[in-house]
Order: sequence, then C-alpha cells, then structure tokens
Amino acid sequence: MRIAIASGKGGTGKTFVATNLFWLASEMGMECVLADCDAEEPNVAGFLPGDTESVTEVFQQVPVIDPNKCTFCGKCYDYCAYNAILYLPEKRWIQVLPDLCHDCGACSYACEAGAITEKPRLLGKVKRSAYGPRSRLTEGRSEVRVYSAVAVIKKAIHEAGNKKVTILDSPPGISCPFIATVDKADYVVLVSEPTPFGLHDLKLSVSTVQQIGKPFGVVINKAGPGNREMYEWLKEYDIPLLMEIPFDREIARIYSDGGLLSREHTSYREMFRRLLKQILHFQSV
Amino acid sequence: MKVAITSTGKELTSAPDRRFGRCKYFVIYDTERESVEFIENPKRDYNEGAGPASVQLVVSKGVEQIITGDPGGKAASIIDQLPVRLVRLEDGYRNIGEVIQFLKKNI
Repeated sequence: MRIAIASGKGGTGKTFVATNLFWLASEMGMECVLADCDAEEPNVAGFLPGDTESVTEVFQQVPVIDPNKCTFCGKCYDYCAYNAILYLPEKRWIQVLPDLCHDCGACSYACEAGAITEKPRLLGKVKRSAYGPRSRLTEGRSEVRVYSAVAVIKKAIHEAGNKKVTILDSPPGISCPFIATVDKADYVVLVSEPTPFGLHDLKLSVSTVQQIGKPFGVVINKAGPGNREMYEWLKEYDIPLLMEIPFDREIARIYSDGGLLSREHTSYREMFRRLLKQILHFQSV
Repeated sequence: MKVAITSTGKELTSAPDRRFGRCKYFVIYDTERESVEFIENPKRDYNEGAGPASVQLVVSKGVEQIITGDPGGKAASIIDQLPVRLVRLEDGYRNIGEVIQFLKKNI
C-alpha cells in the first residue's frame, strides 16, 4: 500500500511523520520502503541512514535543432504543446528551451527536414539503500538548475516498488512535484498545523487531493498553540482527523538531533502505531 | 523602430503592466509613424512559458525594444540573446500615454 505523506504548507512535519511511520513499520517486522520524493531537498537520510545499494541517473531527452538543416517551416513549433520552442522565422532564429521541454518527442516527429536530434540531459539521481534486512529507502535528488523534479520523483517511486507499507515523503506545495507523488498513492496523509497559514494551505491541498480522487486524512502537528479554526473546518467537511501531535519542545529537540521520536518515547510510539493501523485498515475495508 | 510596452488595458489611459509574459495587453508603438496598436496577450494564461512565448509574439511583430517591469528569468535570457533592447519601466508612469510621451521626447 502506497501512503503519501503530504501537506500544502512546508515545515509542517511531513518527513517527521514519514520517518517515524517507516521506522515503526520496519520495527514491527513489516516489509516496508520509504521514498524521499522531496527531490529538491531530500533529507530522510538524515534520520534513516541506510546502506547504499545503487545509484541510478535520470535523464531527459532534449531536442537539438541543427540550424543548417532547419527549413524554418515552423512545424515543430506548432506541435510543441509546452512553449519549449522559440521560433522567429523572419530572424531565422529557432531555439529549444530545455526547461520547458517535457521530453514528449513531438518535435522530432514533426520535423521533415531531419534537423532535430536528441541529446540526454541529466535531471537527477535516485539512490536505493537497504535499512535492515527487510526495509528499503529510495531517495530522489534533483540536479541543481533543473526546472522540474517530476521525472526524478517518478523514478524514485518506481524504484521503491509497492510493499506492504510504502511511504512516499512528498514535496511541499500543491504543484507538479506534489501531484506526481500523490497521484501514485493509495492513501494520502496531509500533515498540517493549527494556524491560519496552516488552514489556508490545508484547504488548497484538500481540494487538490479531492480532484485527483484519493482518500485522505489529516494529521495536526504542533497542536496546542494556534486556534480552533482548523478543527471546526475538518468537522464541517467531515474530514478524518487521524492524529494530533502536541507542540512539545522535546519533540523538536529529538528531531533537530536527527532522532526518531518513536524510537525514543514509547508513548509517542504508541500514537504512531495507532496511526499506521488506521491507515492500513483503510486499505482492507 | 517598434517598441512594445506592457499594459493593463487597451487605452492610452490604461496603467502600464509591470508583468511581462502575463500582462494583459502589449502596446506596439512605432516611433517613426507615431502609430499605436494594442494587442491582447494570448499567452497570459499559459501554464508555463508565457514569458518566452510573449518574446516571440512581440519580436515577430518587428519589435526592437521592450518596456516592461520585470520579465522572468527565461524571458530575460532570451531577450538578452536577441537583437532586442530591454528597458525596465520606472515607477511614476501613470498610464501608457505618459510612456509614449516620454518616448517621443527622447528619440
């Protein structure tokens, strides 16, 4: 079962929840895997150092237009749905914009002059590591200056496979990287915090997840300060509140040391165990 | 010379638009003929690449100078490579008419 741990707002505790759930499932002897899909700044390895097994490079094919062969017919430009070709026939200027290219191949297909070839461009890397005898970690890491991390995220999820407990630590926001992660999930856990900012972004992520059509529930982290608005909103829309994690200095201390709360505190371990049980139960009903 | 100015509307009284790729209108002002043309920006709702597509739109109209607030990185780097001058719109111009008046005085 693939469980995406996501949020709209950054810094709400996605990695915190993801690493604790993974550690717990692993500890309970379940076959599990955790994919760090926050490819622009992966940090799961800071909490769960695995033994590296393999590193795979992810490439994109980028078209290259030979200006000597190009007849400036404009067909590649017409075919491109992503504005990735700049075409100025009066100036005899044609240029590929690699950041906008989605590697669809339409321009190569369109070109009748044989002016378009493709060259690979490194987008990022996916690392696979072992964590104990039965558990695995995968990590997507985007190259600096690469515009979209989506291809690397998809590869990290693919490499993770689908075990009994497959946790996808999602990137923040609700744009393409988030969607690429959540789209592969059987269940989505949205981690938020009970503040006006948290609620604003939670509403956005709930509406996105509903449009994709995934079942989901909410974890409220740093509960205590803030206000009751989020609780009332969840109640009004009948959205399940899966767990509340209190605002606790001790949690922050353990986390900032790269520790795992479930490992160090039995009471919190029990909370995460109940959360895992609720999520897994969801699949069986 | 043709100059493109980004505008929020299609009147000389419209305020300049500080956005480039997602501006509402392009005003194409011809400094020799002193003619003014308003073009609605068809690229402004593109998910991605509105900036580069807008460069293509105005340059294909023969524009050699673009007056706007702050184009994004992709558009700026393309303008840089083309024989097109980018002029940053300073604050203080209330409408397109004032920008054109300035051009008339300074060319």
